[in-house]
Amino acid sequence: MPRPFTPKVVTASALIEGDVIYLTADDTWSRDLSRAEIITDEAHAQLRLLHAERQANELVGAYLADVAPGAGGPQPTHFREDFRRRGPSNYPHGKQEAV
Amino acid sequence: MYRYSEFDRAFLAERNRQFRAQVARRIDGSLTEDEFKPLRLMNGLYLQLHAYMLRVAIPYGTLNPSQMRKLAEIADRWDKGYGHFTTRQNIQYNWPRLNEVPDILDALAEVGLHAIQTSGNTIRNVTADHFAGAAADEIADPRPVAELIRQWSTDHPEYQFLGRKFKIGITGATHDRAVIRAHDIGLRIVERDGAQGFEVVVGGGLGRTPMIGSTLRDFLPRADLLPYLEAVLTTYNLLGRRDNKFKARIKILLHEHGVDKIRALVEEQFLRLRGDFSGVDQQRLAEIETFFAPPAFRDAPSSAFDDARAADPVFRAWADTNLSAHRAPGYAIVTVSLKAHGATPGDASSDQMRLLADLAERYGHHELRISHEQNVILPHVHKSDLPALHAALRNAGLGTANIGLISDIIACPGMDYCALATARSIPVAQQIATRFEELKLEHDVGPLKIKISGCINACGHHHVGHIGILGLDRAGVENYQITLGGDATDDAAIGTRAGPGFSADDIVGAVERLVLAYLDLRESRDETFLHTFRRLGMAPFRAALYPRTSDMAA
Ligand code: HEM
Ligand code: SF4
Repeated sequence: MPRPFTPKVVTASALIEGDVIYLTADDTWSRDLSRAEIITDEAHAQLRLLHAERQANELVGAYLADVAPGAGGPQPTHFREDFRRRGPSNYPHGKQEAV
Repeated sequence: MYRYSEFDRAFLAERNRQFRAQVARRIDGSLTEDEFKPLRLMNGLYLQLHAYMLRVAIPYGTLNPSQMRKLAEIADRWDKGYGHFTTRQNIQYNWPRLNEVPDILDALAEVGLHAIQTSGNTIRNVTADHFAGAAADEIADPRPVAELIRQWSTDHPEYQFLGRKFKIGITGATHDRAVIRAHDIGLRIVERDGAQGFEVVVGGGLGRTPMIGSTLRDFLPRADLLPYLEAVLTTYNLLGRRDNKFKARIKILLHEHGVDKIRALVEEQFLRLRGDFSGVDQQRLAEIETFFAPPAFRDAPSSAFDDARAADPVFRAWADTNLSAHRAPGYAIVTVSLKAHGATPGDASSDQMRLLADLAERYGHHELRISHEQNVILPHVHKSDLPALHAALRNAGLGTANIGLISDIIACPGMDYCALATARSIPVAQQIATRFEELKLEHDVGPLKIKISGCINACGHHHVGHIGILGLDRAGVENYQITLGGDATDDAAIGTRAGPGFSADDIVGAVERLVLAYLDLRESRDETFLHTFRRLGMAPFRAALYPRTSDMAA
């Protein structure tokens, strides 16, 4: 039996900075996971991923990452995505710097 | 120190010019990422978890003060004010921007540094004993040979697309500080009947299938080195598996065909190739050697050292752990710890790099080394200068007296930076160091090597740690597996898995239980952790790690 589709966001790395970025519902790229579009439909997810991949001049390595819908927007379900959202643990570098 | 010729400089300038154009074409869209990626990797540029990462080679770990200052300047201008020194004698910058990397490479070229062959399936940065040219137990300085290998292997057309990365390590000393048995080729300078030659060890490596290398030749005459290396590489290039990247390293060839067959094939190639070497390589080596002439050592009394050692316990603790025997009378080798308790192993701030450059100028005959254990070495310091040197280091947070002790941990970047990681390494290293600092046990425990990797690639050398820690992903949670009894030195050994892994919350406690068990089990203060483990085996340590038998079944 195919596994049920779980909610996703489209994520990638920005071409120039390498920063982790997320696709929003209004077709922009945000560095903030809470602004990402939560995708609950599998066919729609594939379309959004294709849309992202067509923007290869702005980003690298787009993929679908698992999330769970939460009060503050999408929440990562795996620690790797949690670290990607935040930045490294040894210094307040990366996107934590802006906070 | 090797000095770049006009040819070397022109080569680097041309290479950087090409890369600048490639980056421009990626940004304007005329190159796809698939086309660009191999080009950026050829220049040491990775895309990591949060940013790009540039890996710069430090050939055989040797730097002069202006090179160190340039590394600091790059950290300030194009990164976040620090750099990460690695187990392969490289420095990594964790935050460069793609469009600025060509400028960084040009800045490096000003001081003869580059990022060529720090990635890709090529011969990587040739590593060497970090005490080269200084150690009391040295037969010959291995760096001229390492430089010869670098010149031979850089952009060597036959070796740009090997089956996999290829690592060469070399030592000229009787004690192995270069982990030669965990390299694809490990070289040891040896003497026989008054002549120098090489012991050639092949097929070591860590990673998914860790292996200790086998000796192919116990004595290779000096003049035969390059043809013999060509023979090994050619054999590997011809026979090496390309069907499965996990089986592509030369260690797998040795394992699958047996050392005798590989030796026979290498010898056959060697006979064929030797005639092609007309002796130019030996002339080149002789020229290179003149660049590595030892400094003019000073003849002076060292009573200031003895006085400081007697009067100042902080200095004494540092001197007892961080100094090594130098071959010149009155001199010491200083290892500067980049492992302050709670700090990220191997990181140095730009200010620290500049201070180290100044101190190398003032007290160290203008030489610096980077060790595979992620520390910085001042190889030639007169003992009378040590008290002043120590005071300057302490002021900059570089005076930690822990070389070879439990907090002198090797840790790979792990999931805080690395895209391949399955768990973090750095916080585990930080917490272990802090815990033992708080327990005030570090000096009592004595020599003990903990090495941590964030995935099976083993960049943190965990297989050869007395205590090795491997970070894994177990059902979406960080989990840490412990191996015991590994050794990176003369009796190189791969550690044995102790049992089920520990959660991120439990790993530090588990290490503490192991170490406390050792303190109970050792016969005397002179029996190190590794010796105790070798005497008693796994059982008592396993009992300490898993106090409840039900844990073992997990
Ligand atoms: C962050 C980017 C890094 C990546 C993508 C990376 C990738 C890899 C991979 C794929 C392997 C396995 C190769 C194989 O067995 O064929 C490996 C092994 C290794 N890497 Fe890294 N690594 C990284 C960082 C480092 C760092 C920071 C160090 C030094 C601290 C390092 C040193 C090593 C060493 C010593 C091995 C051991 C395996 C061997 O060649 O025997 N790497 N790395
Ligand atoms: S061991 Fe794994 S996690 Fe650590 S640096 Fe190497 S590839 Fe990355």
